[in-house]
Amino acid sequence: MVHLDKPLATLSDTCKIILQNNGVTILTRKITRQTFMLMRYAYAILSYRIFLEGFLMLLRRLTHLIKPHLRAFSLALAGMLIAVTSHAATELSLWYHGAGNPEEREVLLGLIGDFNKSQSDYTVTVEEFPQESYNDSVTAAALAGNLPDIIDVDGPIMPNWAWAGYMAPLDIDPAKLDGILEGAIGRWNGEVYAVGLWDAAAAIYTHKSTLDAHDIRIPTLDNPWTRQEFDEILATLKASGQFQYAFDPGMAWTGEWYAYAFGPMLQSWGGDLVDTNANRADGTINGRAAVEFGQWWQNLFVQGYAPGTSQDGADRDTGFLDGKYAMQLNGNWAAVPALEAFGDDMLFLPSVDFGNGPKIGAASWQFGISASSEHKDGGRAFIEFALQDQYSAAFSNVLGLAPTTTAAAAMTDKYQPGGPMEVFFELTKAQGTLRAVTPGYVVASKEFEKALADITNGADVADALDAAADAIDADIEKNNGYR
Amino acid sequence: MSRLRLAQLLVRYTLLVWVAIIFVFPIIFMVVSSLKPDLQLLRDTASLRAFLPIGDISLDNYHKAFARVPIALFIGNSVFITATTLVCSLFLCSLAAFSFVFLQWWGRAVILSIILATFIVPFETIAIPLLMIVNELPWIGLEGLTFGWLNSYHVQIVPFLADALTIFLFVQYFRDLPRELVEAARIDGANWFHVYWHVILPLSGPIIATAAILKFLIMYNDQFLWPIMVAQEEQYRPIMVGLMYFFQLNVPWGEIMAYLSIITVPVLAFYLSLQRAFIQSVASTGIKE
Amino acid sequence: MPHRDYRPVLMRVFRSGGLSHHHKAGWLMAGPAVFLVAMFLILPFFMAFGFSLTNQRLFSPKPTQYVGLDNFKRMLGVSYLILEPERDTQTGTILIDEDGAPVYPRLRTYTRNNPDYPHLDRMREWISFDLSEDRRLYLLARDVIFMKAFVITVTFVLVTAPLQAGLALLLALLINQPLRGINVFRTMYFMPVVIAMVVVSMLWRFIYDGQDGLLNSLLGFMSFGLFEPVDWLGNTETALGSIIAMSVWQGVGFHMVIWLAGLQTISPHLYEAAHLEGANRWQTFFYVTWPGLRNTAILVMVIITMQSFRLFPQVAVMTGGGPLDSTQSLVFQMVERGYGKQDIAEGSAISVFLFLFVLLVSLGQRYLVRER
Repeated sequence: MVHLDKPLATLSDTCKIILQNNGVTILTRKITRQTFMLMRYAYAILSYRIFLEGFLMLLRRLTHLIKPHLRAFSLALAGMLIAVTSHAATELSLWYHGAGNPEEREVLLGLIGDFNKSQSDYTVTVEEFPQESYNDSVTAAALAGNLPDIIDVDGPIMPNWAWAGYMAPLDIDPAKLDGILEGAIGRWNGEVYAVGLWDAAAAIYTHKSTLDAHDIRIPTLDNPWTRQEFDEILATLKASGQFQYAFDPGMAWTGEWYAYAFGPMLQSWGGDLVDTNANRADGTINGRAAVEFGQWWQNLFVQGYAPGTSQDGADRDTGFLDGKYAMQLNGNWAAVPALEAFGDDMLFLPSVDFGNGPKIGAASWQFGISASSEHKDGGRAFIEFALQDQYSAAFSNVLGLAPTTTAAAAMTDKYQPGGPMEVFFELTKAQGTLRAVTPGYVVASKEFEKALADITNGADVADALDAAADAIDADIEKNNGYR
Repeated sequence: MSRLRLAQLLVRYTLLVWVAIIFVFPIIFMVVSSLKPDLQLLRDTASLRAFLPIGDISLDNYHKAFARVPIALFIGNSVFITATTLVCSLFLCSLAAFSFVFLQWWGRAVILSIILATFIVPFETIAIPLLMIVNELPWIGLEGLTFGWLNSYHVQIVPFLADALTIFLFVQYFRDLPRELVEAARIDGANWFHVYWHVILPLSGPIIATAAILKFLIMYNDQFLWPIMVAQEEQYRPIMVGLMYFFQLNVPWGEIMAYLSIITVPVLAFYLSLQRAFIQSVASTGIKE
Repeated sequence: MPHRDYRPVLMRVFRSGGLSHHHKAGWLMAGPAVFLVAMFLILPFFMAFGFSLTNQRLFSPKPTQYVGLDNFKRMLGVSYLILEPERDTQTGTILIDEDGAPVYPRLRTYTRNNPDYPHLDRMREWISFDLSEDRRLYLLARDVIFMKAFVITVTFVLVTAPLQAGLALLLALLINQPLRGINVFRTMYFMPVVIAMVVVSMLWRFIYDGQDGLLNSLLGFMSFGLFEPVDWLGNTETALGSIIAMSVWQGVGFHMVIWLAGLQTISPHLYEAAHLEGANRWQTFFYVTWPGLRNTAILVMVIITMQSFRLFPQVAVMTGGGPLDSTQSLVFQMVERGYGKQDIAEGSAISVFLFLFVLLVSLGQRYLVRER
């Protein structure tokens, strides 16, 4: 076995290693790299001759297009000069997933501004990415050795990035984590890698009037609906004929939503995605409990209780508000529009107890430090600074997500005791369950999604779950057990 | 006779209009929807109201979309990247195709076959290796000699300057042109570049238009995965990355429709300008009343 | 003295290397494009080819290892199994299920941890059909999704290519009339092309929606409510067809323009001659128009075929390969595995397979075209 990071001095060395290992990748990589080393000088001139002349000519013609950038560039240059001459603060880069949300940006910039003002050693600068493609951008940057100092990471993905060597342990003082919801702390391999300022929580959305009209009991945290009760409720609501569907689980939200929202149901049934102790999915995701869950799940669609995978995204977003669906499984980020629309009639209910206690998904976006950062102390200082309750409350106010401490909850309008969304905070505390904490989660989540979609569309339950188990195990095996 | 003709005309126009409806209705839906608030937009999809600008009509979605995304910057980036690539690519590829078709040199047949075979390779396949390559390459810019092309315009331009499809289009077209033209010009003492520039290019209007439209569409509409990987700084991002900005936890569909309507304008303008420049001129010679 | 006049011309011809060979000029002119293609297309593809022979991950702290053809073997592994129905242990009669079909033993009892069938371990059913009343053949594959993706991609190409090319030609003929305002129609027919496939796919999700989609309400309106709403993307029977219809709709305008350009290169004199000879419309089309379009036809078919093999954004946005793998495609699986599951080696293996397959197809196409 050859470690890629081992320096190779000469081409003959490369050849020897290739002969020993037949490492084609290593061959291509090394040859490319060494060819570049030899070609660099000649190539620089060549590229200048061929591309740059033409390029600059065009640049000149399109000056009006790039003028703002040139101005921005010179401004930045001037700014840097001033910064360098005035005080020697170390610059820390931070990547964030929230591009396209102006209010969130404002809170984030407020937090960064406060941090920059609070001390003179570090200046944090932020680059925002759209959430949809954030992980791809980070992966590409990691491949290119271009990661920032502080990265923002989705909770369940964190072990994958930590294992890959993108992230370094936080080494944060454990006292600083006191009182923070467990779901917002990213632990893996006995170390804390990331901490979040908010947590997501899912609940069943419905109307008080709907339940009253059909004599349905309002469940509580201590006394949630049981599976049998839930089945009866679905049948009742369907029979009423007032709704297109009785229950909208949100099949249109492909991607992480499946594992986040439906994974805990499987856990409540007694199953899971992967047995993290045995490092194996076979027997867990396709075990007896999982197959029973799958059959129940399939029945939701056979009976016409729920819209299937072809639900369009728009229906998902507005179907409940429009009265098409009697109940909807949704996250706390969607609670504000629902409250605005229905006020006191709006109910957020705890999840159903399928036998092993009611469970909902925990862990949302969190902050961590990249392994390649040269200023890990700075990153840690920033994260510790960010953990103040006021910021958790501020993010909660704009995102609608739950704050991570009781004190922060008290500072928000919606989550404070007696507030309309207090229930979410209690839900997270009482029912929040982490998704399988393993670097293999990325694949496990995708396979679970595929199996559930297939089951929804009428596939044989055991076969679909078998396929998922095999694929997850094959991935674990390919990665030498992610050890 | 004239009545028959009138009837014929009527039939023809009716057919044309029906076909036009098939092609335009989703676009009308898009533009009309961009004027409606989300809830109404989604409710209207159930009926023909989806195509009518009725109800609560406003430009709110446009205002909000501009607040959410730096649209002018992204369109500017996309147009700049596309235009630069387009001009350089048409020049380089037509020049190469000219050489492949009209000049005799060692290895041209083999090289042409290899280039054409790359047409099959989907970009997604080579994205990761390409990232490794551009990350090592040198560049001379305003900052002097630098290594690694990430976060720049040229990383979104140079890898797309030459492609099999454009070369193929030109090769196919040049093969149909009479070789005597080239030979006559050579006998007259013109050098090869002169022949290319003054003899062949003036005859290539239609294919330049076709290749230009195709390249424009590929660069403007399909640049998605690559900028996500190489443009980490917002100032270099193109429009398709901007589209991702709208996929928040609560998706603002009206704003998406507004954004889509805005980014379609440059492509349409480009097509219309080409249609006037090339297709009509060809049409006037080809069609007889 | 005529030979004197030709001298300077001959001199120039000699100096430039003669009329038959121009190595320097040829390389100079083709060089930049060839270099760019080599650097940014061929080199990365060779690297991807290299990945397909290793266990390369998108990222991993572990070193990459050479695995030979393992990725391809896993992808292409197929086998079969013939089963007999289960019989009643006492009477020996074949057990019948509620629908009257014989009950066969569960396949998973053979393919999962069965020591008697080690070669079938972890294989899954790809296709199965009855050989006779009491024998059923199961075709098993190690990578069923890949197999389905392959078959569906080929189906997509086989349906889309002729359909799109044919419709585009019809449109071109329709639009090639000397009518007032024809340019407006040309522009309208071209409209879908200018919109990105990703965007078109998003719009068509609204159109195909099973509950209250535009298509359903339109068909309902036109049939005065007789039409039963269809869940276009949610049905295994209609999903692929819906994607094909949308793809054709999106791309047909572009090929219409190519056909149009071809139509307009046909000399008007030929049409005049045909008219004088008394040819009717069909004869004119088959003896004048079609032969004049031969090169255009090759161009259109090649472009459509290549584009169709890359079926990806439609699937990614509209169905994600579902329902029940009825819209899987090779490029979608490549992205799903390479990026989604971080297994670049497997993703690369799929693309190498696709490359070799399409190369074979296009060589075949070329051979066929040459014969005539």
